[in-house]
Amino acid sequence: MTSVSAEADTAALAMRASQPPVELVSGSNGGVERAFRAICLLAILLPLMLLVLLFGGALIEAIPRLSWDFLTSYPSRRAAAAGILPALVGSAGLMLLTAVMAIPVGLGAAIYLEEYAKPGKVTALIELNISNLAGVPSIIYGLLGLEVFVRVLNLGRSLIAGAATLALLLLPMVIMASREALRTVPRSLREACFALGADRWQTLRQVVLPMCMPGVLTGVILSLARAIGETAPLITIGALTYVAFLPDSIDSPFTALPIQIFNWVSRPQPEFHINAAAGIVVLLALMLMMNGAAIWLRTRLRRRIYW
Amino acid sequence: MRAENIHAWFGPTHALKGVTMSIVDRQVTAIIGPSGCGKSTFVRCLNRMHEVVPGARVEGKVLLDGQNIYGTRINPVRVRRHVGMVFQKPNPFPTMTIRENVLAGLRLNGQSSSDPEHVVETALKQAALWEEVKDTLGKSGSSLSGGQQQRLCIARALALEPDVLLMDEPCSALDPIATARIEELVHELSSKYTIVIVTHNMQQAARVADFTAFFYQGEIVEYGETDVIFTRPQNQRTEDYITGRFG
Repeated sequence: MTSVSAEADTAALAMRASQPPVELVSGSNGGVERAFRAICLLAILLPLMLLVLLFGGALIEAIPRLSWDFLTSYPSRRAAAAGILPALVGSAGLMLLTAVMAIPVGLGAAIYLEEYAKPGKVTALIELNISNLAGVPSIIYGLLGLEVFVRVLNLGRSLIAGAATLALLLLPMVIMASREALRTVPRSLREACFALGADRWQTLRQVVLPMCMPGVLTGVILSLARAIGETAPLITIGALTYVAFLPDSIDSPFTALPIQIFNWVSRPQPEFHINAAAGIVVLLALMLMMNGAAIWLRTRLRRRIYW
Repeated sequence: MRAENIHAWFGPTHALKGVTMSIVDRQVTAIIGPSGCGKSTFVRCLNRMHEVVPGARVEGKVLLDGQNIYGTRINPVRVRRHVGMVFQKPNPFPTMTIRENVLAGLRLNGQSSSDPEHVVETALKQAALWEEVKDTLGKSGSSLSGGQQQRLCIARALALEPDVLLMDEPCSALDPIATARIEELVHELSSKYTIVIVTHNMQQAARVADFTAFFYQGEIVEYGETDVIFTRPQNQRTEDYITGRFG
């Protein structure tokens, strides 16, 4: 018995010895790996370089015009004296009003879909349509706003009509971001809440919403950063291009930054193109600031949630 | 508390097939059985938590103090205030401090206690956590260890002064030392509360429970005093399970 097993062991050892050692030296696919890495790097560098080129180009052109006066002056027939104050105030007002309208409606819709809606054909249809709406070109929203807000609701070519149109444009994005945020709250916490004798509303208010607020706010700011550059829907509803006053109420006529830029670019005089470049720099800076604010807010609010 | 002919479904799956069982007041009742036998489902029927899951359905009666909690005029939200629950995984609210976690039940119910500090201290003492956290009540509940978090969840349930405390495998996510503390705690709490504990660990049932019920495939196979179940089981399947022949 022992001799047999000893023989078997020797045989096994002999087999092992005759096999080549385990392959540990680098194989042949190192080149593929490197090439793929290079392609991916290129894929990120390309858009980044384009952005730097665009921003840098605009900045170089804009430098002679960028000054405090440019930010605080009204438009003028003389390019050197023209400023963007009404456009800046108009854009700020638009963003504020848009946020005020888009956040409650968007969050409400998201809460309904995530927390209350029963899964079924109707819900699936609504969800499909929300994703579709996110892809509708903004000029279509402009036409819708023109008909519904400007004409039917008789709001005129006002700040509130512009903001309502932009809010409509942002709704699908706000809804999707809010749903994403609601979904990050684990089921176990909702159950803990129910088990303590809370109803759905209390669970939402005390546990779910405080936890998903960072996600919702980030989504809202990122969509607003997109909206601040929207031109087509505002032109459609009739934002003015030359405004020598500040909007003083929500039904006042207005202009916005992208519209002012569009106006200057389409002038024949090259001096106005410098103004347009300066406007672009201001607009891009605002967008970067909003995106930065979103990141800051997210990390700050997340710190209050301890996992 | 008494369950009468409880049937429960998850969509088309018939998870509980007519369970009738009286739970003795101020005693610990353990529910054991292999995975999927319906033991968790059963305790979730006792505080109307089963129906929270979409597609889940319950039939039958559960009598609490002579009232059927599935009666037509019963508000499930109010039932859950009297029948507290502790879950498998510790789940303190991450946005709240230790103190706020203990008071969460009161706050969610819109009750304001005249003496919240007293409520916090009493509940944490009952959960044997007070000595460890009394100086850090303002810290987050998630900063605690797993075992401490689970005791915080127990304190959170006790702050509502429930009649019955349901525990659904409360130690399955904990290490042996934390488990021993919880078991000790269950024993102490049984002087004041009726406790139903689900466990997949038979030694745990033998250690903490006065009564034990063995569930198999959605039915109750055997139910009686823990000593009898573990030493002289009447049913062959119970014996096979507790001796480790299946499960």
